[in-house]
Amino acid sequence: MTGPETVAAFRTMVTIREFENHAAQLRNRGVIVCSLHLANGHEAIAVGAHAALGSSDTVNATYRGHHWAIACGIPLEALFGEFMGRATGVNGGRGGAGFFADPDHRFLGENGIVGAGAAIGAGAALAARYDGSGRVALTAFGDGALNQGAVHEAMSFAAILSLPVVFVCENNGYAEYTPTESMFPAGSLEDRAAIYGFPGVAVDGGDLRAVRETVSEAAARARAGGGPTLVVATARRLAGHHTHDAEQYRPEGEKARWAEESDPIIRLRAAILGEGLADEDELARIEGDARADVRAAADAAAAQPASDPAQLEQHVYG
Amino acid sequence: MSTAETTYRDALNAALHRAMHAHPETLVFGEDVAAPGGVFGVTRGLADEFGDRVFDTPISENAILGAALGASLVGRRPVVEIMWADFLFVGLDQLVNGAANVRWLTEGRMTAPLTVRTQQGALTSSSAQHSRCVEAMLCHVPGLKVGMPSNPADAYAMLLAAIADDDPAIVIEHRAIYDQRGEIDADAPVEAAAGARVVRQGADVTVVALSRMVGVALRAAELLAAEGIDAEVVDPRWLSPFDWATVEASIAKSTRLVVVHEAVRTCGFGAEVAALAAERGFWHLDGPVVRITAPDCPKPSAPSLEAVAIPDAERVARGVRRAMAGSSDDQEST
Repeated sequence: MTGPETVAAFRTMVTIREFENHAAQLRNRGVIVCSLHLANGHEAIAVGAHAALGSSDTVNATYRGHHWAIACGIPLEALFGEFMGRATGVNGGRGGAGFFADPDHRFLGENGIVGAGAAIGAGAALAARYDGSGRVALTAFGDGALNQGAVHEAMSFAAILSLPVVFVCENNGYAEYTPTESMFPAGSLEDRAAIYGFPGVAVDGGDLRAVRETVSEAAARARAGGGPTLVVATARRLAGHHTHDAEQYRPEGEKARWAEESDPIIRLRAAILGEGLADEDELARIEGDARADVRAAADAAAAQPASDPAQLEQHVYG
Repeated sequence: MSTAETTYRDALNAALHRAMHAHPETLVFGEDVAAPGGVFGVTRGLADEFGDRVFDTPISENAILGAALGASLVGRRPVVEIMWADFLFVGLDQLVNGAANVRWLTEGRMTAPLTVRTQQGALTSSSAQHSRCVEAMLCHVPGLKVGMPSNPADAYAMLLAAIADDDPAIVIEHRAIYDQRGEIDADAPVEAAAGARVVRQGADVTVVALSRMVGVALRAAELLAAEGIDAEVVDPRWLSPFDWATVEASIAKSTRLVVVHEAVRTCGFGAEVAALAAERGFWHLDGPVVRITAPDCPKPSAPSLEAVAIPDAERVARGVRRAMAGSSDDQEST
């Protein structure tokens, strides 16, 4: 990544963090009512991976997918509108924070079923065999989804057909309320790829540039006909499973320690300063701008009309 | 018009050929559909003609349905086979939580133009995991279209309609009638995926029958004709969307309603027809609605048990007589 690309990615990561934190505040105030599953700690994965994709590539994710949506370029106001139940939401308030899609940004959707998207991503990759698009489909899910049948089926299916799909597993330490390691009795998560016959690679999901490089290699391989790759990007979930998760299952002080040790935004900030890609003033300005943009988007969304009850039953069928 | 006599199986095959020619974006995949041509032979010859647009998959119903969904979101028109309707449950998530929601969720900005072919029904001792009739469960999911062709002409026309439709559609074939012969119109325009048909005109009672039960109801109508009861038989063809208007017009004339299906009784499609009759057709009726269905138990293997689990013409005729007598006694559910 060039210096400017890295700084631009920093801005997107900060925007994601500001967006999630502001959404959580709005949820506490009742402006947002739907459930929120924050991606704090996952920012470098979505931003780094998306930076590795081309203009015809697709992304789909799970309900913890706001970072992917923002990385794909879906406007913040449309996202806030969706969360707030506004007619101007990305899906008119129909899906809420955990289930929306936006074809204009090649975001094929979040999914409330943790592993279901892996098969959908394989299908988007399947289409690329016929349409000449050269598309790579990136499908993201959490560590918990690796234990769901749909993911096994999708990986097997994609391997057999050598589909251009990149499976990105965001291993954030918890499958909902359960520690990841307690649900994986054998080996590392990425080892699972070997049984299907494609590469499984681990990457530090807190390292933007490492994620970009790893996903670039996987996407290039997929585009060249080499088939799928499983990228296991390790993150630290710096939030609850959802915003009203009391997190009593977490060891005392773990979240604060994780934030101190491995917050991907703090890490990237230090790297940018250390490498002289930007100075303190510029980063402070970026942070201030991102915060202001997020607040402006939320305010604009809140001023929009509520989703129209008269529309509820429209678009069930064509 | 180019009519030809063919079997239900070959009518489906002809529809697939025509659709693959008409829509280059059509793909056909599923378990054993390419080289073997499908365990029931419906997809024979497609792989030879259309190459890699027809392919075999692993035994992975979730992946089949999920990949169909994903491909449909980016311009393909997949037609997938789920070998037995019972197997839908393994991957049903992709239809219920996935495909059914796409158009609605995105306010029409995205669609999922995929077709699922499957087959169901109780015969040849297939037992509880290879006999279930699943239509009502699918009809409970807004966003899915559900059709049940009862004859070769409809097998051809309805499968073409499903493939051309931009919504996810499930065409439920009946295994017992793959060899049934009839005429298809190979050049007819592609229909909309909707619409019932009155398959026998009659004045005295309306018999709404699904899938294989259409043939059973027609035989019952012949038995009843000998007794002077003139039954009208309506084949809904598509259960979702359901053509209530055709049924209502029939009961407005006949004043009696019998519903026949091979699926179990409770929450079966007959319950929906009866509810619509009570809500919208109450004043047309001169007596209670009668349902003739499979009993509320899993489908058995033993031939002696299987025989009583499936309505036959005699049972339908008895049901019609009850309806004519205004009897709500439904102890004889089968």
